[in-house]
Amino acid sequence: MENKIAVKVDDLTVAYNYKPVLWDIDLEIPEGVLMAIVGPNGAGKSTLIKSILGILKPIAGSVSIYGKPYDKQRCLVAYVPQKGSVDWDFPTTALDVVMMGTYGSLGWIKRSGQKEKKAALEALEKVGMLPFKGRQISQLSGGQQQRIFLARALVQNASIYFMDEPFQGVDATTEIAIINILKELRKQGKTVIVVHHDLQTVPEYFDWVTFLNVKKIATGPVKDIFNDDNLTKTYGINFQVSVQE
Amino acid sequence: MDFTDYTFLVITFGTAILGAVCGMLGSFAVLRKQSLLGDAISHAALPGIAIAFLITGAKDSNVLLLGALVSGLIGTFWIRGIITKTHLKSDTALGLILSLFFGFGMLLLTFIQKQPNANQAGLDKYLFGQAATLLIEDVWLMAIVTSICLVVLLLFWKEFKILLFDADYTKTLGFNTKFIDVLITSFIVLAIVLGLQTVGVVLMSAMLLAPAAAARQWTNSLAKMVILAAIFGAFSGVFGTVISASQNNLSTGPVIVIVAGVFVIFSFVFSPSRGLLFKQIRFMKNRRDLQLFKTLAFMHHIAKTHEDISHPHSIKLLNNFQGYTKSTLKKLEEENYISLSGLNWSLTQKGFEKASNLYNQNTKDDA
Repeated sequence: MENKIAVKVDDLTVAYNYKPVLWDIDLEIPEGVLMAIVGPNGAGKSTLIKSILGILKPIAGSVSIYGKPYDKQRCLVAYVPQKGSVDWDFPTTALDVVMMGTYGSLGWIKRSGQKEKKAALEALEKVGMLPFKGRQISQLSGGQQQRIFLARALVQNASIYFMDEPFQGVDATTEIAIINILKELRKQGKTVIVVHHDLQTVPEYFDWVTFLNVKKIATGPVKDIFNDDNLTKTYGINFQVSVQE
Repeated sequence: MDFTDYTFLVITFGTAILGAVCGMLGSFAVLRKQSLLGDAISHAALPGIAIAFLITGAKDSNVLLLGALVSGLIGTFWIRGIITKTHLKSDTALGLILSLFFGFGMLLLTFIQKQPNANQAGLDKYLFGQAATLLIEDVWLMAIVTSICLVVLLLFWKEFKILLFDADYTKTLGFNTKFIDVLITSFIVLAIVLGLQTVGVVLMSAMLLAPAAAARQWTNSLAKMVILAAIFGAFSGVFGTVISASQNNLSTGPVIVIVAGVFVIFSFVFSPSRGLLFKQIRFMKNRRDLQLFKTLAFMHHIAKTHEDISHPHSIKLLNNFQGYTKSTLKKLEEENYISLSGLNWSLTQKGFEKASNLYNQNTKDDA
C-alpha cells in the first residue's frame, strides 16, 4: 500500500454562478496510482481537475501537491486538456504543439533549442506519432490529435498527470495505445488522474477510482469500492456493472 | 500626380507601415476569434476623439489620438467585463459597446459642429479617415510604435503562440495569461488608434482582418502567417495610396481597404491548399479517379471468372454499370489498364494487378 500522498484536496468548493459545481471536496490521491474520476455529466469532473491546476479559482478550499501549493510544484504536474478545448485549425504542426510542453521549464522569453526539440521528438516517438511530426494539426485524425496532446504532457516529464477525457472520440487502436502509455507511467511510479466516461473499462484500466457528483461519493481502490452501491449513489439509477478482475 | 512628391512619399510610407503593423496584430485577433473586437475598439475610439477636442479645443492629432486610445481601452475593458461578469455572449457585448460608443461619439460630433468655433471643421475625417492629412511626425510615431511592437512580438513570441492555441494549458505551465492577453490587446488597440487618422473609425477593422485572413490561406505556420499578413497589409497601403493619388477625389482609406479585400478574394480562390479553385479541382480529380477505379473494379470482377484474365469482353456488358462512359474507357486505355479492340475490351496484366490491389492501395495512401 502506498502511503505518500501526491495530491491532497481540502474542503474544495467551486461555483460558476450561484450553484456550486463542486461542494466541499476532500480528496487524497496516493502516489503511484492510475485513478479514474467518474460521474455523470455536470458532476464537476473537469472542474475538479481545473481547480487543482489553478485554472479555475475555487470559492473555498485548498489544494496541495506533495504537501506544497500548486504554484510551487508546477514542474511536477502535467495536464492534458480535452481535445475539443482548442481550435485544431490553428496554423502549427504536430511537433510544434509537443514543443509547447517544454515552455513551462523554459520560462518567460527564453526560446526552445535543440534539447527541447530532442525531448519533443522522443515524446512523439513514444505515442507513435513521429512520422506525423511535420503535419499541420488540422490534418490529423481525432485519435492522432489526442496522442499529440499526450505527447505534449509527456515532454513535461512530470510526476503527476491530469488528463481530461483522453479517450473521448478516439478509435480502439488509439485507446489501447494511450492506456498502455498510462500504465507505463504508473510503472515508473508516476501518478495519473483521468476523467473517464466508460464505466465498463474502469476495472480493466484503473487501480484507483473517485466517484464524483458535485460531492465526492467515494474514493479508493477499484477492487474495494467499484460496486453497484457507489455507482447507484453517483448516477442515481440502478446499475448492473459486472466487475471483472 | 508626381510619385516622387514629398507629401505623397510620406503618405505612402505611413500607410505601408500602418498596413504592416495592422496585418501582424490582426493575425492574432483572427486566430483568437476576436475579429469583431477590432471593429468595436475602433468605434469605441470616436467619443474619445470628440472629448479630447472639447477639452483642449485644438485639433492636434496626437492629443485627439490620445483621447481615442483612452476611450478605445475603456471600451475594450467594458467588453471584457460584460463577457466575464454577465451571461451575455461576446458578440452581444461587442455589438453593445460598438453601437453605444459610436452613437455617443456621433452625438458629440454633431454637438461640436454646432459650436461657434471655426476650428471644429474636419473632425469628421476620423469617420472615414483622410490619409492626406498625414504628416511626417505621424509617420514617425507609427514607425516607433511598430518597432516596439516588433520587439515585443519577438520577445514574447513563444508566449503569444501558446496563449493563442491553448490558454488553459498556458496557465498550468505557470505563465501569467492575463499579462500576455493584456499585452496583445493593448497593441491591437494601439494599432487601431494609429490607423484612425488614415483609414477612419468605420473601416479600421478591415485593416486588421483582411491581411490576416488572406495570409491564413497561404500557410500553416504562425510565423509565416504573421509575416505574410504584414506584407499584404503593407502592399494594400501602398497600392491603395497610389491608386487614390492617381485618381482625383478618391478617398485613400476606402481604397486601401478595397485593395486589402482584393488580396482576400484572390487568396480565397487561388491558395493551393485552402483555396476554392484548387479544392474544386482536387474534388473533381478525385471523383474522376474514383469513377475510373470503379469501372476497373467492375471489369476485374468480370475478368477474374475467366482463366485468361485478358480474355476480351463486349463493351455492352458494361452498359448496366453507372460509372461507365466512353471517356473512362479511353482513360483506362491510356493508363494501359485495358486494351480496346472494336467493341471488345480486355484487361491487361497491369490493369488486373491494379484492380486486385485497389483497396489495399487506398489504405496505404491513407496512412
